[in-house]
Amino acid sequence: MTTAPDVERLVNLRAAKDLMDRSYSEELDLDAIAGEAGYSRFHFVRSFRDTYGRTPRAYLSERRIERARELLRTANLTVTEICYLVGFSSLGSFSARFKENVGVSPSEYREHEIARGGPPPIPGCFVLMWSTPTPQLRRSRRRQDGHIVDRTMSRRGEP
Amino acid sequence: MITGLSHTTVWVLDQNSAKKFYTEKLGFDVRDDTVMTNEYMPGTSGFRWLTVGPKQQPDLRMLLAEPKPPMVDEEAAKAIRALVAKGAFGAGVLDTDDCRKTYEDLRKKGVQFLQEPADRPYGVEAVFRDDSGNWYSLTERKGR
Repeated sequence: MTTAPDVERLVNLRAAKDLMDRSYSEELDLDAIAGEAGYSRFHFVRSFRDTYGRTPRAYLSERRIERARELLRTANLTVTEICYLVGFSSLGSFSARFKENVGVSPSEYREHEIARGGPPPIPGCFVLMWSTPTPQLRRSRRRQDGHIVDRTMSRRGEP
Repeated sequence: MITGLSHTTVWVLDQNSAKKFYTEKLGFDVRDDTVMTNEYMPGTSGFRWLTVGPKQQPDLRMLLAEPKPPMVDEEAAKAIRALVAKGAFGAGVLDTDDCRKTYEDLRKKGVQFLQEPADRPYGVEAVFRDDSGNWYSLTERKGR
């Protein structure tokens, strides 16, 4: 069976995405990520964005925040510890990115999750593979009564 | 009453490569590898029925199918191939009696992991991809 050029391109881009999913906690620069796909930086960013709907940098950041959300829900670690564990190099950028993606600060998120009572009964693999927020689902919002609606998490009932 | 699952389909990009991956890397058995013929519908002949399964579960057949006619039309085939290549499909959860040891074994054989073994409320779990891009959970379930 022949492999169509488009499939080959997608396989290469996936290798770069997999690298980010696997090694999000390490320092990953764009050269290393593009290199995983066998691309130059410029063509890589465009091609990745065309395929996955966001830039590699945004994807990596979303993956780190998604992993941070899991740790905030389940691990007995401080926000600062979690920030470095998932690959951010400063607490300021972690908090800003987190708020931008999730809608609330990391500590507010944790309080809310604890109040809600423990982790959801979904296998972690599904959380890993399906919880990278899509652009439309990215924003959480705070309702008038102060309740936080995390739209990404609200998909939990739809396997 | 439904009594179980006997066959399931996994879309793969290349059956020869998939057969090698599932047998040589994962240690699965080949259950069937045969080409079907249909003299009344010439366009549908040549369909390769390739199934594999874990040694410990002899009644399960995973059909490693290339997306193409007659199973799906050309347009659907193209779309499925792109989704497989992008890594969009998860093909299931595989049980293991020792996730960390199996992870080491598979990693040494060159299997690409997305997640190292991690403790979860339901057991120890790692995530890897097959050679086409389908992801699997590798789980050592608690209390089994």
